[in-house]
Amino acid sequence: MKRLFADIGLITSKDLKIELRSRVLTNQVAPFALMILVLFGIALDADQQSLRNFASGLFWISVLLCALMAISRSMTIERDDEALVGLNLSGVDPIAIFLGKTCAIAIQLLVLEIFLGVGIILLYRSEVEDLWLLVATGLFACIAVSALGTIFGFLASGLGVRETLLPILLLPLLLPVLIGATRAFDDALGVAAINGWNWFAFVAGLTVLLTGVGAGANYLLAEN
Amino acid sequence: MTVPITTASKGSKILGITSIIGFAVLILLAFFVTDPDIRFHPETGEEFGQFDAVRLLYLHVPMAIVTYLAFVICAIASAGYLIKRTFWWDSMAHAAGEVGTLTCALVLITGSIWGRPVWNTWWEWGDVRLMSTLILFLLFLGYLALRGAFVSPQRAARPAAIVALIAVLDIPLINRSVEWWENRTLHQKSTLSELKIEDLTLFTLMLGILVSVLVMSWLILHRFRVAWLEHMEFEQGVKSAIEERRHIDNKEQ
Amino acid sequence: MTHLGYLIAGWGLSSLVISIYAVRLLKRGARLSARVPAQNARWMSSPKQDGG
Repeated sequence: MKRLFADIGLITSKDLKIELRSRVLTNQVAPFALMILVLFGIALDADQQSLRNFASGLFWISVLLCALMAISRSMTIERDDEALVGLNLSGVDPIAIFLGKTCAIAIQLLVLEIFLGVGIILLYRSEVEDLWLLVATGLFACIAVSALGTIFGFLASGLGVRETLLPILLLPLLLPVLIGATRAFDDALGVAAINGWNWFAFVAGLTVLLTGVGAGANYLLAEN
Repeated sequence: MTVPITTASKGSKILGITSIIGFAVLILLAFFVTDPDIRFHPETGEEFGQFDAVRLLYLHVPMAIVTYLAFVICAIASAGYLIKRTFWWDSMAHAAGEVGTLTCALVLITGSIWGRPVWNTWWEWGDVRLMSTLILFLLFLGYLALRGAFVSPQRAARPAAIVALIAVLDIPLINRSVEWWENRTLHQKSTLSELKIEDLTLFTLMLGILVSVLVMSWLILHRFRVAWLEHMEFEQGVKSAIEERRHIDNKEQ
Repeated sequence: MTHLGYLIAGWGLSSLVISIYAVRLLKRGARLSARVPAQNARWMSSPKQDGG
């Protein structure tokens, strides 16, 4: 068990170190996220009220789009020199590879969520009514997205068309997460009179379930 | 030895002919024997109902049932593949997935065509089944795209099986979340349940289901055989390439 | 008959799509059958034809 956590930490820190050095997240994905927020603003004709009403949906669509980039990126660093094969042969438990990669993507997504969160407050004038609901939902939803994303990244790894395949495989499956997280955010940002914590509970349940499904799929994928 | 020139067999021919006859009978019943759905308002006596548009349901509902059936077969065959790891299961999953996607598209299209005169809209965001079916369709488009992305059918088998299983597990979640999501809008009552179901209507609907199951079986059977042949051809190609290589090596020595 | 256009569109399109798919499957099957040895196409071989 101790070994497992050590391995997870190792994989996570490896990926994050590569990310920190290459600065893809800060130099490419974050500007892309900002660009999406600006584009939505322009497309919706900078109508302040609409932007405030749709802020949670726009936020989560931006997160999903950025997640696709982050997942693609996370798989690309393994593809070079067949690193994923090397990793699998290195004796590290496949579950540690899966969870480690999931953690690394989740941490990057969390940074992006904070960035986008500040973005919608500044650009769309969203007002935070329930900060803890925002934080809790943001945390769990990004784990769910990362877990499922990592598995689909593994599934499609080695395919030349991965970048285009990933969205159509992943996005329909993530629809429940999108719905739950958006509704929870609607409540937390005070644009809908609903019980956001119920939606958070749904997202949290989905996160546990999808991570479990991911781990199971990873087991099936790794065995020979 | 007779050389097979098609994927047809005696059984599949009987199945095909039965389907065609069944379809002809279905058209006869659906268009000419059954009555249109006309009801009268109890107080004003005004005519209302789906009128002749109801005849679309004899096609739409059976195809929806067949679509779900095909996806269930796909999921079972995928699980079968993961347990047995034989190409038979993989071909079956592929065949059922492809046929299911095709009928799913038709379910969405016929539903939309029916919805226009009855609900007065091509698309109803507030309907859970409609939304879930669309997402299901998109999921299986992804499934087929994943299969298509692999060059060798063997390498596609495992990822595809896992995707199919995850997709089928996700369906109840999608259904649930869409249901909660759309609850904030006015819920559309199920139009089928308020339809007066008479003996003949019910019989036509049942015949429609039977015919659709026959057609689906025929399609899956032939698609399965095509997948099987493709697999054989691929293996043959690999084998002959190895042979050729060996031949060259022997010459060089 | 009311809604005749909708009926024709729905039934016609469905039959057409399924027919096209079926014909394409048969053609594909025939093309592949010609290339793959008969003993691999199990549905064709009755016990008598086996080993031929």
